[in-house]
Amino acid sequence: MQQNAASGAGSAVVSLREVHKSFGPLKVLDGVTFDVARGEVLTIIGRSGSGKSTALRCIDRFETIDAGQIEVCGHKVHDPGLDLRALRQDVGIVFQSYNLFPHLTIEENIVLAPSSVKRIPKAQARKEARAVLAQVGLEDKLHHYPEQLSGGQQQRAAIARSLAMRPKVMLFDEVTSALDPELTGEVLKVIEALAQDGMTMVMVTHEMGFARSIADRVVFMHRGKVHESGTATILTAPTTPELAQFIGTGL
Amino acid sequence: MRINLDFGAILERWPAFLSGAILTLELAVIATVFGTVIGVLGAIARRSDNPVATRVAALYVETIRNTPLLVQIFLVYFGLASLGVKFPAFTVAAAALTINVGAYTTEIIRAGFDAVPKGQLEAAEGLALSRWQIYWHVVMLPAIEKVYPALTSQFVLLMLASSVTSQISAEELTAVANYIQSDTYRAFETYILVAIAYVVLSLVMRAGFWALGLALFPRRRRLGTPL
Repeated sequence: MQQNAASGAGSAVVSLREVHKSFGPLKVLDGVTFDVARGEVLTIIGRSGSGKSTALRCIDRFETIDAGQIEVCGHKVHDPGLDLRALRQDVGIVFQSYNLFPHLTIEENIVLAPSSVKRIPKAQARKEARAVLAQVGLEDKLHHYPEQLSGGQQQRAAIARSLAMRPKVMLFDEVTSALDPELTGEVLKVIEALAQDGMTMVMVTHEMGFARSIADRVVFMHRGKVHESGTATILTAPTTPELAQFIGTGL
Repeated sequence: MRINLDFGAILERWPAFLSGAILTLELAVIATVFGTVIGVLGAIARRSDNPVATRVAALYVETIRNTPLLVQIFLVYFGLASLGVKFPAFTVAAAALTINVGAYTTEIIRAGFDAVPKGQLEAAEGLALSRWQIYWHVVMLPAIEKVYPALTSQFVLLMLASSVTSQISAEELTAVANYIQSDTYRAFETYILVAIAYVVLSLVMRAGFWALGLALFPRRRRLGTPL
């Protein structure tokens, strides 16, 4: 029922309209507007405190907004009567700190949500767990515990866990910020493959090179506003001095 | 000064000691099982958004923690009697001990729940798990594992404290000892034996909790690392 609401190829899968959000006296989002079309990769960049992670978290309603509208896969996220769990079945989110469940094996981590939320039979869920693990190159870690994996492997397992729910949109919140350059590379490769498969993605990242190569569109946030946005070319030819300075310091 | 010990008359009464020890162990097991259930529910109540649930749980915990066990036992015993209901002493003792340990367990398990990182909860919410599924699949086991030593110590402590139920004539180990020493006039010997019996019971319980831990925490069994 909810799934049909977002039909129509090319229409926005994620849409933010004039979104405002404050933490106490601190204005974090000050009228943020952007769209993400089906199959598009949008990267959000900006300084720490610019509101980029908050904007991302609002999409999956980990933050509630003060004003404005957010629509995701036909779900009205700003609506207090939102069916939260229906939204989260359509949206996958991956965090900086992986957040794998430490007491469960990788397989159990992946099987948990499909079997208990979607009521998929255990045997089938295990089969799908192997498939998504193969997708991130970890099929041999099925029966390992998270602590037995490197940070990069844990993050790839976390991505696989999200994929097992077959989301329509994937959100990535600085997923490589805790990793060294080598491990970052292996995680980014997985995300790149997802993009090539046509997954709709929104990612907050500090990896400028990666943003340039993968992003269909880039949003630069500054003081809670979308300060500049466009194709990845804005990263090489910024039009605002703030973005120019941000990229300059990033190099 | 000479101490003249004679265990003969007491050792003859070993079946009575044994039945007392078994009853003590039964009290401990009952209180452990139901105390854990109360503790989990109490901890969930204390952390809930419902102000009534939070306050009821807090009132329960504070009342129990700030009154002596013996008084609680008398309250249950005479409280039920004043209602005109007559229960066997064993039932009253088991109920009172469960109510007592449930309060301490509530606090211990709450600490375990609080120690589960917020990121774990967000990841679970992001996977569309319901609040109860999150408690059951994501929070419960790591929380219990974190506080397992505190929790099991509390239950062993409770087994030792169960000796005060001899005051309402529950036929547990201490009550049996009181009876035997008054019968044999060998008080010192009797209580030496009872002390040894309690040590053995403690060891039995600790061994039981160790085995239970192996079954509950397979990750720890394989890797040997605490969470």
